[in-house]
Amino acid sequence: MIEQTPRERPVNILIKAAGYSSILFVTVIFIFLMREGLPALANVKLSSLLGTVWYPIEGYFGIWPLFFGSLIVTLTAILIAIPLGVGTSLYISEIAPMWIKNLLKPLIEILAGLPSVVLGFIGIQVAVPFMRQSLNLPTGLSGLTGAILLAFIATPTIVSISEDALNTVPSAYRQAALALGATQWQTIWNITLPAARSGVITAVMLGVGRAIGETMAVMMVTGNAPVMPHGLDAIFLPVRTMTATIASEMGEVATGSPHYQVLFFIGIILFTLSLTINVIASWVSTRGRKRSERSLS
Amino acid sequence: MKWRLIPLFLCLCCLCAGCSTNSSQSPSDSASIYIQNKGSDTIVNLALAWAERYQTVRPKVRISVTGGGSGTGITSLINGTVDIANASRAIKSEEISAAEANGIEPVEHVIARDAIAVIVNPENPVSELTLDQISQIYRGAISNWQEVGGEDRPIVRLSRETNSGTHVYFLEEVVRLGNKNDKAIFSPLTLLLPSSEGIISEVRDNPNAIGYDGLGYVTSEVKVIGISSGLGKPYVMPSVETVNDKSYPIARDLYMYSKKGANQTILDYMQWILTAEAQQIVRELGFVPIVVVP
Repeated sequence: MIEQTPRERPVNILIKAAGYSSILFVTVIFIFLMREGLPALANVKLSSLLGTVWYPIEGYFGIWPLFFGSLIVTLTAILIAIPLGVGTSLYISEIAPMWIKNLLKPLIEILAGLPSVVLGFIGIQVAVPFMRQSLNLPTGLSGLTGAILLAFIATPTIVSISEDALNTVPSAYRQAALALGATQWQTIWNITLPAARSGVITAVMLGVGRAIGETMAVMMVTGNAPVMPHGLDAIFLPVRTMTATIASEMGEVATGSPHYQVLFFIGIILFTLSLTINVIASWVSTRGRKRSERSLS
Repeated sequence: MKWRLIPLFLCLCCLCAGCSTNSSQSPSDSASIYIQNKGSDTIVNLALAWAERYQTVRPKVRISVTGGGSGTGITSLINGTVDIANASRAIKSEEISAAEANGIEPVEHVIARDAIAVIVNPENPVSELTLDQISQIYRGAISNWQEVGGEDRPIVRLSRETNSGTHVYFLEEVVRLGNKNDKAIFSPLTLLLPSSEGIISEVRDNPNAIGYDGLGYVTSEVKVIGISSGLGKPYVMPSVETVNDKSYPIARDLYMYSKKGANQTILDYMQWILTAEAQQIVRELGFVPIVVVP
């Protein structure tokens, strides 16, 4: 224990309290979610919860269409965002000349700070009619439009975190590779990216977390129809995500009613999903670090 | 370092002082009387326009208007947090008993009427539908415009979210055709949009779309469909005249609910709403007045 002067004590206590408060908040949120959501399992028949129809005002509480809606939109968004995000971060950190780098970094940070409702508005005015005409869809309010907007939301997160990870790769690695006769591409692909692997994976996982929890932009452009997907073409149809359902229905639901409890139950599912993603992200990054420490020793 | 904090501290002091003078001002303004008004999103614009105009009639009365939906407004009336609730549907019997359990007796006022317009894209050649055809479309039985005399295009159905009074009205009176034993629901392919503006903009841009909305929200960029209540009956366009002579089949009353034993200020306001001056605003906003407006 380091000795504290009397003047350090209050500061120390404050910092400690701030640190512990986050644990407290997460616990309280978790308990609240469980208390409000778990009674749904007792008050709504399991066959209704596992059904394929979501129409709460008539007592249809099938969560599957919402779950698959979230899944299909998030997965597609990630498929778009990973190559875009990792590619951009590689370009900024390895290839771009200094002045482009100094221009791109703040621009991407601005993109990260863009409120999602603004993106949703642009989506509804520009992306929705464009998607319908260019892909000849019945309507542009579809899962794909939502996925593209989500990719735009997740990309800045992926870029800035994986760019940081690429920057921490010692330049001796690159110089050694180049000295051995590797081309710039071979150096990036075989040396730099694998060395920064754990940081890049963490970036991708945080991007996934950002995408799965996003509400506003998705609610504005996906059409919110609770359709049960039957194949890969479901991405071109309207979908309803779990977040959009909670956001649009929580406002007028009677406290304590089965509908209210089911909405909280959906909240528990979302909480579990993002918890899982975060646990995987931290597991991957610590495992990666251990291996690199091993190879260096 | 220590001294640098002093200006900040002074600023905070000023802020606090500012707050306290502000709060001490409002009691001196006690001559004004407040009315809390909350509920249906369909009515919120109308209620705001009335509240604004009423300022010129009775400057001392302050009316605060909020939306949130018919159910939200009635729940607030039951809980005693508002004086007047706006609703685009009649109060339910269980809501009346809940209010009576709280010692509140709701008093119903019909304040205006509203036609639900069925709208399509101006490019769509279809301009007339029967109620039964609309019901079949929203149930999912008809899914191509060809089946109702249009082009070979898929039908994209648009609706408000389930918490909207308009959604519930449309479900009961159009999808189920007023049949109380019918348990049909909207086709799961129906797009549930969070706002009236969302429906209007999608119908404006998409020739496949069909939607519905209160007549007050319909703009000239979309085409309103003439509706017949049955085969062989005439197709009627929604308007003030056709709603009042009951020939347009999907129109409803809009309500305000106050409490029995409310004070004179509220009674005066409810009476003023039925004057020609207030009902003129009803017409300006695209709703249907309930008294004759010169």
